[in-house]
Amino acid sequence: MNCQEVVRWLTDYLDGELDATLLETLEAHLRDCDDCRIVVDTTRKTIELYCRCEPLPLPPGVRERLDAALARRLSQRGA
Amino acid sequence: MPTHLENETELVAEARAGSAEAFTTLVNQYDRNIYRLALNITGNPEDAEDVLQETFLKAYTNLGRFEGHSRFYTWLVRIGVNESLMKLRRRHADRWVSLDAPVETDEQETLPREVEDWGENPEQQYARRELADILAEELRKLDPAFRTVIVLRDMENFSTEETAALLNLSVPAVKSRLLRARLKIRERLNKYFKRG
Ligand SMILES: [Zn+2]
Repeated sequence: MNCQEVVRWLTDYLDGELDATLLETLEAHLRDCDDCRIVVDTTRKTIELYCRCEPLPLPPGVRERLDAALARRLSQRGA
Repeated sequence: MPTHLENETELVAEARAGSAEAFTTLVNQYDRNIYRLALNITGNPEDAEDVLQETFLKAYTNLGRFEGHSRFYTWLVRIGVNESLMKLRRRHADRWVSLDAPVETDEQETLPREVEDWGENPEQQYARRELADILAEELRKLDPAFRTVIVLRDMENFSTEETAALLNLSVPAVKSRLLRARLKIRERLNKYFKRG
């Protein structure tokens, strides 16, 4: 496997979806190629950063305006 | 993906029967996630707020049609994604490229140009808020076709199959966008996290 092929299978590799044969050849390449190892490692970290990122609190006023919009709709339903 | 409320099925049933309190509990559980999703897809705070309101108003109006085959949150996200894409389309009507248009894959372009190693614990280099801003800002610089797959797959943790269903794309199309999106983002994040 060459570097270009490693990149082609990167998403399947990181998502754990490679079959055993491909997995073995890909990991053999990673043992010998610093560049690919770094790309794999930093892409994994990228995914982890996004995945662990909790949503921030809503900006000021957003929840109040949402509540008001919902209250208008909820009161219509009762009418 | 947010934690799901243990009594979600009961809350949905109560909300369907007309309980405003039950519906409000559901809204408060998921509003931050829906807002973030909308902001990351539309890239515009005003649009994100509209999407947030529309999503919950539509959910309330259509609760009777929610059949419980999927999680309530997945159903909300479907509404939120559709609303966000409509906003995006309206705002960029002049240069709108359909999300399901095939993305030409240029292997050369996909190959990483800058290979730089990062420090051990990138998230510890920045305060939580600062990190969230960096991630959101770099995401927003991506083409909508790429950032929507990152939002659903990596931020909200839907599976590749679920992401494909939410965007009406094929699984191979999601995979090819995801690969390019992840590589582009990785390259853009180099400047914040590289060693030294
Ligand atoms: Zn290599």
